[in-house]
Amino acid sequence: MSTEKSNKLFEAALVKDALKQSFVKLNPKIMLRNPVMFTVEIGTAVMLGVCIWIATGEKAQGSFIYNFSIFLVLFLTVLFANFAEAIAEARGKAQADSLRKTREETPAKKLVAGKIEIVSSALLRKGDVFVCETGDMIPNDGEIIEGIATIDESAITGESAPVIRESGGDKSSVTGGTKVLSDKIKVRVTTEPGESFLDKMIALVEGASRQKTPNEIALTILLASFTLIFLIVCVTLKPFADYANTPITVSALVSLYVCLIPTTIGGLLSAIGIAGMDRALRANVITKSGKAVETAGDLDTLLLDKTGTITIGNRKATNFWPANGVDPKAFIDACVLSSLADETPEGKSIIELANISKDTFKIDGAVFIEFTAETRCSGIDLVSGLRIRKGASDSIRKIAEKAGNSFPEETLEQVKKISSNGGTPLVVSQNEQILGVVELQDIIKPGIQERFERLRKMGVKTVMVTGDNPLTAKFIAEKAGVDDFIAEAKPEDKMNYIKLEQQGGKLVAMMGDGTNDAPALAQADVGVAMNSGTQAAKEAGNMVDLDNDPTKLIEIVEIGKQLLMTRGTLTTFSIANDVAKYFAIVPALFIVSIPGLQALNIMYLKSAESAILSAVIFNAIIIPILIPLALRGVAYKPIGASALLRRNLLIYGIGGVIAPFVGIKLLDMIVGLWF
Amino acid sequence: MNSELLGVIVTFLLTVLLAYPLGGYIAKVYCGERTILDFMKPVERLIFRISGINPAEGMNWKQFLKAMLTINMLWFVYAFFMFLLQGHLPLNPDANPDMTPDLSFNSAISFITNTNWQNYSGETGVTYLTQLFVITFLQFVSAATGIACLVAMFNGLKHKTTENLGNFWQILTVTVTRILLPISIVIAVLLAFNGTPASYDGKDTYIGLQGDTVQVSRGPAAGMIAIKHLGTNGGGWYNANSAHPLENPNYFTNMMEVIAQVLIPMSLLFALGFYIKRRKFANVIFGIMTLGMLCLVIPTIITEIHGNPEITRMGISQATGAMEGKEVRFGPAASGYWSIVTTIISTGSVNSMHDSSMALSGLMQLLGMLVNGFYGGCGVGFLNYFIYIIIAVFISGLMVGRTPEFMGHKVEAREVKIAALVTLLSAFIIKGGLAIACYTLLHYSNADWAFKPSGWLNNAGFHGFSEMMYAVTSANANNGSAFAGLTGNNIFWNVLLGVAIILGRYLPIIGPIAIIGLMAKKKYVPDSAGTLKVDSITFGAMTFGVILIITALSYFPPLVLGPIAEYLSMHH
Repeated sequence: MSTEKSNKLFEAALVKDALKQSFVKLNPKIMLRNPVMFTVEIGTAVMLGVCIWIATGEKAQGSFIYNFSIFLVLFLTVLFANFAEAIAEARGKAQADSLRKTREETPAKKLVAGKIEIVSSALLRKGDVFVCETGDMIPNDGEIIEGIATIDESAITGESAPVIRESGGDKSSVTGGTKVLSDKIKVRVTTEPGESFLDKMIALVEGASRQKTPNEIALTILLASFTLIFLIVCVTLKPFADYANTPITVSALVSLYVCLIPTTIGGLLSAIGIAGMDRALRANVITKSGKAVETAGDLDTLLLDKTGTITIGNRKATNFWPANGVDPKAFIDACVLSSLADETPEGKSIIELANISKDTFKIDGAVFIEFTAETRCSGIDLVSGLRIRKGASDSIRKIAEKAGNSFPEETLEQVKKISSNGGTPLVVSQNEQILGVVELQDIIKPGIQERFERLRKMGVKTVMVTGDNPLTAKFIAEKAGVDDFIAEAKPEDKMNYIKLEQQGGKLVAMMGDGTNDAPALAQADVGVAMNSGTQAAKEAGNMVDLDNDPTKLIEIVEIGKQLLMTRGTLTTFSIANDVAKYFAIVPALFIVSIPGLQALNIMYLKSAESAILSAVIFNAIIIPILIPLALRGVAYKPIGASALLRRNLLIYGIGGVIAPFVGIKLLDMIVGLWF
Repeated sequence: MNSELLGVIVTFLLTVLLAYPLGGYIAKVYCGERTILDFMKPVERLIFRISGINPAEGMNWKQFLKAMLTINMLWFVYAFFMFLLQGHLPLNPDANPDMTPDLSFNSAISFITNTNWQNYSGETGVTYLTQLFVITFLQFVSAATGIACLVAMFNGLKHKTTENLGNFWQILTVTVTRILLPISIVIAVLLAFNGTPASYDGKDTYIGLQGDTVQVSRGPAAGMIAIKHLGTNGGGWYNANSAHPLENPNYFTNMMEVIAQVLIPMSLLFALGFYIKRRKFANVIFGIMTLGMLCLVIPTIITEIHGNPEITRMGISQATGAMEGKEVRFGPAASGYWSIVTTIISTGSVNSMHDSSMALSGLMQLLGMLVNGFYGGCGVGFLNYFIYIIIAVFISGLMVGRTPEFMGHKVEAREVKIAALVTLLSAFIIKGGLAIACYTLLHYSNADWAFKPSGWLNNAGFHGFSEMMYAVTSANANNGSAFAGLTGNNIFWNVLLGVAIILGRYLPIIGPIAIIGLMAKKKYVPDSAGTLKVDSITFGAMTFGVILIITALSYFPPLVLGPIAEYLSMHH
């Protein structure tokens, strides 16, 4: 994906392509997929027939110019609707093309019977093994079976910092189109050509394999029934008018029909769907289906890993607490000494906190004691005979008490206090004497509380998953503002939690990367696999996040909601518009035979012809006017369902009633100059 | 305050006052809790034993509808042959003749469906046997059928996930024994005390002040008139319906009859709240329906009190309002109120001639029947309103960015499809029927039929159009009232309206029951902050908006050509 993302809705090249497609889509076979617009196309054809009829001498249908104008406007209506769909597709396609560019014909070093053969990437099949060395482009999606490498994934994620991928474990997956920066890896191809996630996504946004989502199907049914109701209105109007001794022209009936049926939403419906997936793609999320995006809008529960999502990476040292009678300076020195060889993030953070340069310590000949699961402590033995240990409080306590030294009361207090504050105490001893405690704390990501608050207002419950003990977990959960937590979590705990929520009728999303997450990812209604995760995880989920950003779920939920809202509001707008159109067209039809109906001409439109033409023009131009809204989506505000409904009803319902009155009146002032 | 208006307000308030406790009682009856009418239990048990019914056996939505349709079919056959052969059967002191086959068809359909459209005159067209054992019987069971179907919906809403909507036979039986029969007896007794006949003797004869000999039809009428209103039936004993001095003798009986017809539809709403334990939901719906009613009643009463501008232009005083077609003992306000009540709740009984109503009142009466869900008929009123709710739930669900759900059940393509079809159906029946009528009238007005179409209408022009529209609308809404200007007893209208009545009755019952059956089977989704609250005023307003928009968009053109054109031309 191109690193710079275009936010312009209409790029010249795309518009040109879309314009061409608008005409291609006139093919009735393609139009049939959109029943509402298909009937408009039929209406257009009928009007063309009427124009020819008049040209050959028919007198009762009004002037040729007038009928031809109606024909043109109807034709434009169809084109506008096609254009909306085409521009959405073109934008998706442009995204997809830039993705595809990365994977065009790269040479692959295929491993055949232990020897390297250079073949085209297109020839790689599932199960083949290839080798990549420094500077090579990875030719296909795959799993590292041997080696470790730094990889530049900026082509996919836009993130310039290289990432490390290695065989085994959860970071063994590589993506085609990314570049190896150092070292050498052996990769087994995991997908057939044309079946990778990217290929699926490309097909989706291009519309080739786009299936209608459940809500879209339901809405199409509703719109089709509205269309039928209006068809009945127009067909029966003929005998009614005959009864009232009013001749009605074909153009009037066709215009009334086209104005009443929900062309606005009908023309924009597929564009809205495509744009929804396009927005997901812009957020660097690859979705396997449009349904997944829609489901995201309905989520009730989000499972989030603590580390990396709620807290910044790892714990950090935040305080030194020396025991009574211990010189703070000496304590800090001891802490730093014990951490010099400690490559863990916690160890590094102790040196950071102490703010002492490593070089001030002479540690030649010192022996480093590695951390092991049994001793649960690490440390250093200096040549001077000084033995410094740092570790969990009970293991250091054992060391001290074994040597006959007591564990100071105030240190014990401090240890308890740190634990209950959600921190981790590290006790430090020197020559089996307790020196004090280092406090490690989880750092909660700035701004995460606000995001959870936003989710809560949307009605989404957040659940933190952590390996911490319940006490620590509770503290962090409260501090971060999540609604629930799973402490001391094992992979099956996630699975059970998801199942339990689902039994209660809730929709659950989770994010995961490891192979052991795969079952839970498959069980969740929306499973987002990280791109860095294993192939198994990616297969199990229904979305892949290219940025490996766990907070992405929040954006996905909003994209899903926007998708539904855009459909709902434009439907309301479209139907509400009909009120004004009735007031424009119905008086125009009958005003000659029933003068009293002048009272219904509340817009004071100039003439019957002008009124009908203005209504049809308004009906046509509202489609392109709303294309930007359809593509961007209606903004979601987490203000509660009832307030949101009130807001949208006010804007799109009441607005939808008023706007066409204004629009048709303005158009009438122009059209009225000729008709 | 004007005592006429006060009478209307008191009538309405009394209705609410009676409906609320009755709603509580009804909920208890269907919950199987103890009530004061438990002494009816042996009767019910006997009925169940004779009919071989196990009242505890549950039914899913398909079984429920099958039972309902089967018994309705049976009733139809029974009624059809009784009407057809009534002249040869006993209890016929006035020697009234058999009905023709097309009239038998129309009448049988009309009474099994709670419509009570009458293409005959009660005095001469039916016998005491058919009045009592066909019409009055059907007035009980057709109302009970509608209520039973509503109770099926209550059951679907009450449980989180269920397939069991209750036992149709059991609900039908207790509806009659515990609700309709006891209240009807009270009303009938009160009517009889106020002068409504309850006699098996034939016509009475007296000599009037001018010396003319007048024959007055009598009969065991009080009982029928009670259930006619209580069961929102509307078919009168006499041709003039409740405008007839023996059917509706005085202002008190008028109040009682107009209260009786709203009583059950209104109390069923409160019963819904008690039964599913969501009182706020029921109250909001009550509020919206009342708002809808007021929107129709207020303009009607105002226009009726002001009288006809054409008459004013002639310089004639109209101090008492528009009195053409109205009874002096009721006056324009009470008549206007009745005319709206009887059209919104599908009773269709009249205490004034709707054909003589002001154009605006005619519009309001038509709107009441087009919506057919402001309180609505016994049971079916809420079923109709439910269709609007489903559409409102769907659109507003999308507008708040969540897959639409109603009371914890997702509303998906199948439910929307059914709701859309039911909506579509009314538009199709009303406008399609009206179009056929217009076409026939214009192109075959002198067709060689027993009754020429040219003789259908009393009035030409807009009002004639309204008369035809009123007929099909009334048939579709199962209302049964008429703009009397249309001559309906001929094969064209008997068949057209008969078909409209059948479709307008059964599909709008089958649709909602199918929806609730499908939804109740689904997994229950608990509420969250993102869930749309269906018991909020906002959602109530949304439903009102949906009703307004759907009705306006579907029927604007015919309404314009009928009552609106008439009104505007009169005030031009």
